[in-house]
Amino acid sequence: MIYRVISKPEFRSFIDALVQANSSFGPRRVDTAANGDPVYQFMPVGSADDIEFDYTTTASSAKHFFLPFSEELSRFCFHERDWEQKISYEAQPVVLIGLRACDISALNILDDVLLKGNYPSPYYLAKRKNTFVIGMDHLPLPGCFCKSLAHHTVSTGFNLFCSDIGEKYYLSINSSKAFNYLKDFQTEEPSYEDNCLLTERRKLISRSFQTEVDVTSLPSILDIEFDSPVWEKWGTKCLNCGTCAMVCPSCYCYSVEERFDIDLKGASRNRKLYSCNLVDFAVVAGGHNFRPKNGDRLKYRYYHQHRGFAENGNQQICVGCNRCGRACLAGINPRDVINDLRMEKDSCMICVSQSPGRT
Amino acid sequence: MHDMRFAIPRQDLNREAFASSVPDFNRKSEIMKTDTGYKCRITNIISLTDQEMLFQLRIADPRERSIFRFKPGQFLMLELPGYGDVPISISSSNSNHEFIELCIRNAGHVTSALFRTEPGMHVAIRGPFGSSFPMDEMAGHHVLLIAGGLGIAPLRAPLFWINEHRDRFREVHLLYGAREPSQLLFSYQFEEWKAISHIQLHTIVEQAGPEWKGETGMITRLFDNVSIEAQNTYAIVCGPPVMFKFVCSHLDRLGIPMNRMFVSLERRMHCGMGKCCRCMVGSTFTCIDGPVFDYWSVMNLKEAI
Repeated sequence: MIYRVISKPEFRSFIDALVQANSSFGPRRVDTAANGDPVYQFMPVGSADDIEFDYTTTASSAKHFFLPFSEELSRFCFHERDWEQKISYEAQPVVLIGLRACDISALNILDDVLLKGNYPSPYYLAKRKNTFVIGMDHLPLPGCFCKSLAHHTVSTGFNLFCSDIGEKYYLSINSSKAFNYLKDFQTEEPSYEDNCLLTERRKLISRSFQTEVDVTSLPSILDIEFDSPVWEKWGTKCLNCGTCAMVCPSCYCYSVEERFDIDLKGASRNRKLYSCNLVDFAVVAGGHNFRPKNGDRLKYRYYHQHRGFAENGNQQICVGCNRCGRACLAGINPRDVINDLRMEKDSCMICVSQSPGRT
Repeated sequence: MHDMRFAIPRQDLNREAFASSVPDFNRKSEIMKTDTGYKCRITNIISLTDQEMLFQLRIADPRERSIFRFKPGQFLMLELPGYGDVPISISSSNSNHEFIELCIRNAGHVTSALFRTEPGMHVAIRGPFGSSFPMDEMAGHHVLLIAGGLGIAPLRAPLFWINEHRDRFREVHLLYGAREPSQLLFSYQFEEWKAISHIQLHTIVEQAGPEWKGETGMITRLFDNVSIEAQNTYAIVCGPPVMFKFVCSHLDRLGIPMNRMFVSLERRMHCGMGKCCRCMVGSTFTCIDGPVFDYWSVMNLKEAI
């Protein structure tokens, strides 16, 4: 890692040069929420002026550049009584500007899940290799709890990371590509003052978290509380819409569908992002549903998010961005569910009323 | 004019050189085809009952045929282009390198389309995937094979193994239950198993007409006819999910150690590679860590049976 500081106008011209030469995406304001807050999304940008550098957070995460909602895995061409399968791992270079630390952490977790083990995913790899990631730090929103999961800072998985230190950006350069591009712009070695400002900035970010979720020994708690009434309580609220998985930066469960072309000369095999909260997630042929109840499916999602699977070394895949909490139509927030599981007195009504032994 | 110095060079995964620069990437996908299927010709279709058929496949490419090797208990993803792919356990001998046999029930979207295929058509297979029955570990012990209904399909691979290495095993019992006598699959092989392989075969059906001479009732009734030396016995149980609970707890009472009882689980699958997460049981993938689990692991998995 090489560190540099760059003035804000100079940084804008650097972004301009990148944006004009590549297909680029950055945060733009697309809507206004019901409570008046602006809604941001990663959208195509044409110049640095299009980008809202001081945005809060995007409604959807950056994972869709790597795991699109729908993606063609392979294609079959039919002729006579035979067919031919064609596979291509196509990806075009993309610049992503303004990812938050938790977004980049989520990409690192996806790397672990999708690129390790016996079956690395070439589709994901092709996209990841062709993406230039520029990260930016930010002050947390009220609901963010990435500090509790230690994802409020990030040290790998990006090409360039910018910290706002007032008049300048403090750049962490993590790839030779980024370093070469920056050669044409005026950057300086960080001075002692710059380093102090960076430390102050990091302290400020760390101090600004209003939400904290205690996740210590959560895997074991999840195991013990498998039959807890908490799942029933939150399960009855869940609408099974799958919104949480769609906005989550690290949810990757999918389904594969095949479809004939309309001229019947070919067929395509598509991967579609799926959610474990959808009713037919675990339905097998013959109609048996292994997770028939809302609570079962919700529990399964928390298992995946906070217990992790063998594939990613049992690490938690939740990064604490609270997108699911903000997006949930039924008002289910991971903070409340986890606090209930931990039987925190102030939030847990069930354990006080139903089991007098628990306090 | 755009300054092309800032254009990011495209890295093409379709190019050999780049793909092989990724550690372990090209080599493994060469042996274990993950996205490309092996093209197979359907060489024969045998109708077993009105709901189950035995498909015999032959991998078209000789080189791919020489690569494809599996162990008893593993499964493959059978793909019918345009319809989708389904996980099917392999029910042929793993020493048969020429043909693969799959016993398939007409149960869903893909399998109902499969039932309309004819010999000579081409399907694709990916795999093999998953864990297998520990046949080497079982050697020198008594073996109890317990199948319910379609559960005989994954059991056929270990049965073939035992037939081919009969001298390595002591007593072998096959307990097989079905709903009706007509739904007993592979009944044409029963005499062969009994006479040639010295497998003690016990069958039972739930409902039967007067022409049925054998036992009727639940499969656990068959344990009364079998005397086993529990400490030296391995058991393999395959069947519908509801059967596992009764049979395994019965075997547990008989005194068979939990780590010597094996079950083969079934779940919905879309990839077979531990990526789609559809087959998750508790926090374990059925496709990578399973489908064969010992009963101890299954007991520790939430919502497994």
